[in-house]
Amino acid sequence: MKNQSSRIFLHIISLIPAAWLFWQMWLWYNFSPHGLTANPIEFITDFTGNWTIRFLLLTLCISPLTKLTKWRLIKYRRALGLYAFSYGLLHFLNYTVLDYFFDWVLILEDIFKRPAITFGMLAFLLLIPLAITSFKYFIKKMAANWKNLHQTIYIITIFAITHNYMMVKADILVPVIHAIILSGLLALRVYFSVNKKRMFKKI
Amino acid sequence: MLIKIKGSWELKENQITSLKDYISRRDFIKNAGIMGAASAASLMSPNLALAEESLSTVSNLYDGRDIMDEKTDIKAVRGYNNYYEFGMNKDNPARYAQSLVTDPWRVKVNGACENPGDYNVEDLIDFNALEERVYRMRCVEAWSMVIPWVGVSLSEVISKLKPTSNAKYVYFETLADPKQMPGLSRGIIKWPYREGLRMDEAMHPLTIMAVGLYGEKLANQNGAPMRLVVPWKYGFKGVKSIVKISFLEKEPNTSWMRLAPQEYGFYANVNPNAPHPRWSQATERRIGDFRRRDTLMFNGYGEQVASLYSGMDLKRNY
Repeated sequence: MKNQSSRIFLHIISLIPAAWLFWQMWLWYNFSPHGLTANPIEFITDFTGNWTIRFLLLTLCISPLTKLTKWRLIKYRRALGLYAFSYGLLHFLNYTVLDYFFDWVLILEDIFKRPAITFGMLAFLLLIPLAITSFKYFIKKMAANWKNLHQTIYIITIFAITHNYMMVKADILVPVIHAIILSGLLALRVYFSVNKKRMFKKI
Repeated sequence: MLIKIKGSWELKENQITSLKDYISRRDFIKNAGIMGAASAASLMSPNLALAEESLSTVSNLYDGRDIMDEKTDIKAVRGYNNYYEFGMNKDNPARYAQSLVTDPWRVKVNGACENPGDYNVEDLIDFNALEERVYRMRCVEAWSMVIPWVGVSLSEVISKLKPTSNAKYVYFETLADPKQMPGLSRGIIKWPYREGLRMDEAMHPLTIMAVGLYGEKLANQNGAPMRLVVPWKYGFKGVKSIVKISFLEKEPNTSWMRLAPQEYGFYANVNPNAPHPRWSQATERRIGDFRRRDTLMFNGYGEQVASLYSGMDLKRNY
């Protein structure tokens, strides 16, 4: 029961940014005062992009936190990962639909000619198989391959933060903070794997 | 009888009027007398009404669709700004610039000119000769606005300062006062903000020194008490809250060139064929519009300014 309510709590928290965004977009659509600035589409780009990266980092926090604290957090990881994908999907749809309105010539030019966009698009495309295979059926069916596939989340997060870093005009503060957090998480991962090998040697 | 012939850069009335207003224009004319009296009261100068000019355009055909140039909502003009001295977010300047003291305001003039010295704004700008100029403003970030500026041609300011034949460039600086400008605590840009123009660009009649918009004094976040407006260049050339004007022999190193020389050049002419390394400049979003529209060469002012750059490779001199 407690398990169930904490899960619901996690969903509510994760949906708040999206709920707020859709509410503001509804106000915008109705020509009412809204919180999306005078350039709503640019605001939505930043908003959905930032939440994608936050959820990617939160997803990556689960395994090291579990190891450090012995809290049983793994059960929340799939939801966090799927929220990362969902916010990434909103980011992608905002770019292709609202921003460029299916102008595929410009979109493809962006993807192939501008590395900043290439990294973002790669991150999104690589997230798709992870989202599809996140269900129990695939976890069982794919066995060891599943783990290998889902390791790509590290590369995806590196690509996503690189994309953000390359896109900002002058203020690199936010992507740099994200990069520092990611480096910390990667360092912990290396630390744990080295420790594990040592433990095996002792035995 | 006085017949005023509009230049080709000036927008025809129907191009700055919404379709709805245009269709009901006869009703509008009936009411115009009343409205005119009301708006004149808010104008900065009684002579402004006489000197009122309208917007320029070469073509208002975008992407095969006929889109009109409408003045951008004043709330957006005053609420959506890039003015990093007051913070990095677009709504920061409106919030943090209110306490900026713009009166008294001193402007230092030096370099290759006969009248260097410290000036008040009124010494440089003839407030009896203010004009309204409705210009498109294209930001390098691929959004744009249409703004009814109030000001004088920069050439009128410059002629008061009498540059010598050595003056090949004009250089401008924005105020950099950490006590009044919270954004200076972060070294995003090497403060003060620096900009410049080639002398012929500065003397071009479309280049103005603005002191107001929408018939009122400039809000602080729009660059009070005076700022540059160069309608055929990206918005960042429009240096705000100017405290220094220098006449130079050599091309100055401007702020964005210093920050990212491979992305921002000295000329910064609006050019749909010269993409920014990280995004296309072929299209733009007019603030208030949903769809993008095509960006015009020289922001649509090519007929007036293209000759300034004849023989230059504008893809290399971006």
